[in-house]
Amino acid sequence: MSDTATHSRKDATAGAPLLEVRGLEGWYGESHVLHGIDFDVREGEVVTLLGRNGAGKTSTLLAIMGILEKRKGTVLYGGTETIGMQPRHIARLGIALCPEERGIFASLNVEENLMLPPRIQEGGLSVERIYDLFPNLKERRRSQGTKLSGGEQQMLAIARILRTGARLLLLDEPTEGLAPVIVQQIGHTIKALKAEGFTIVLVEQNFRFAASVADRHHVVDQGRVVDMIPGEDLEANIDKLHAYLGV
Amino acid sequence: MFELLGIPPQVLMGQLLLGLINGSFYAVLSLGLAVIFGLLNIINFSHGAQYMLGGFVAWMLLTYFGIGYWWALILAPLVVGATGLVLERLALSKLYHLDHLYGLLLTFGVALIIQGLFRNYYGISGQPYQIPEILSGGQNLGFMFLPNYRAWVVVASVIVCFGTWFMIEKTRLGAYLRAATENPVLVGAFGINVPRMIMLTYAFGVGLAGFAGVLAAPIYSVNPNMGADLIIVVFAVVVIGGMGSIMGAILTGYGLGVIEGLTRVFYPEGSAVVIFVIMAIVLMIKPEGLFGRGA
Ligand SMILES: Nc1ncnc2c1ncn2[C@@H]1O[C@H](COP(=O)(O)OP(=O)(O)O)[C@@H](O)[C@H]1O
Ligand SMILES: [Mg+2]
Repeated sequence: MSDTATHSRKDATAGAPLLEVRGLEGWYGESHVLHGIDFDVREGEVVTLLGRNGAGKTSTLLAIMGILEKRKGTVLYGGTETIGMQPRHIARLGIALCPEERGIFASLNVEENLMLPPRIQEGGLSVERIYDLFPNLKERRRSQGTKLSGGEQQMLAIARILRTGARLLLLDEPTEGLAPVIVQQIGHTIKALKAEGFTIVLVEQNFRFAASVADRHHVVDQGRVVDMIPGEDLEANIDKLHAYLGV
Repeated sequence: MFELLGIPPQVLMGQLLLGLINGSFYAVLSLGLAVIFGLLNIINFSHGAQYMLGGFVAWMLLTYFGIGYWWALILAPLVVGATGLVLERLALSKLYHLDHLYGLLLTFGVALIIQGLFRNYYGISGQPYQIPEILSGGQNLGFMFLPNYRAWVVVASVIVCFGTWFMIEKTRLGAYLRAATENPVLVGAFGINVPRMIMLTYAFGVGLAGFAGVLAAPIYSVNPNMGADLIIVVFAVVVIGGMGSIMGAILTGYGLGVIEGLTRVFYPEGSAVVIFVIMAIVLMIKPEGLFGRGA
């Protein structure tokens, strides 16, 4: 754990990280699922949380977002401690979640889904730019949200958090269950978002996908970050990673 | 003029109109219940008492302050809505993590208290409320006499119902409401203040009940039991329509009012129970209600 922190500090080139997670613990009722998550994300980085099913990746994102209510430890966003804050206040700092189950609203059409999250600050993408990135959504903007294909719903779930001015995007398994061409498209999207200056925490089980888009990888196991692997060291660590991921 | 199965048209049209008026109240009241249930998951058993409160506030405004019908039509729903805000903040909001049943019991208890207090204070005889000047009288349509006030009740309820429907289904504010009804946690995680939205929605729903109470004041006398009698039928309407649907609540409200009216013409003995018979049938063949979104 502590050597993860050392790693990220060593990598830090400019100033304090945008997101600092230290000793983050979390519970569902009595069930203790996060046992001390540590990692950093610097402005403009794409980092992953990798790990097998049930490792605690989703719970980590929910804890950062404040949705996992019972939590302790430290989550600093731009230096502000968020551990005691409600989700809506955390969102207003500039963090946005694209949830694992996508969370497209059935009673809203595509455009209403897209326009739902309120603008929290300057700097979000314009609707035109979003339709540029996701032309399918524009074509289908009058359709009911849940009538879209799985891939389109995933695009919509990502698209709607780009308008708001949020700077840190938490993407929970955006490629889960999608066809290879769609996965590729989402890969392009993530790179485009990085180029736009978004900072991204990406939860993935698809290791090759993660390798293609991320600067750094954190391995999560049993509610802890057990390793950190810089993107360029990935090849060298492939066996170790496979062992962690149980492939 | 035509005759249908030996029924004079005056009788038929008269009962249809009466049905439509009852339907107007069913529609506004079941709409409020549906709005509240959608977001709060609470069956608002104090709805009838809040309807009565609307009528009484109108009466008090007139009696104690000399404020007339048209102002009451705006002010009484606001007052009833404000009492809803207080109730939601102090009590209902503490129950959301519990089963539906607790909200139902709480609001039922609140209804009994409110109605008891008013009975104690004002008795059960009822307070008369005058039809506003410009709506007194009526039109002779040839086949029937149409009292102006009753026509107004139908028009006003249609405006309020479809205005509410439009707001919920077609506006951005409504999109928040629909989204929060589906997934309040995610809506909160987008930075929206869901607790405040819930509070205002409850106030709006009971404000609708208050509005219906003002509409009713000149037709029925204002009395502490006016809501208790009506609300039982309205709950049957809601069960038939299905809790989840705004348009369902509206259409079922008017439709059942009309059916009740027709029953009064063709089989008067059945008019008091026809809605409950329909409810039983609907429960057997489509338990989620005619417009319900499934269980
Ligand atoms: N809603 C929940 N209630 C109770 N336990 C949960 C809930 N969601 C997840 N868990 C448990 O928390 C642990 C971590 O789950 P999760 O964060 O979803 O893992 P991952 O996203 O890495 O697959 C697992 O043991 C899982 O069973
Ligand atoms: Mg997960």
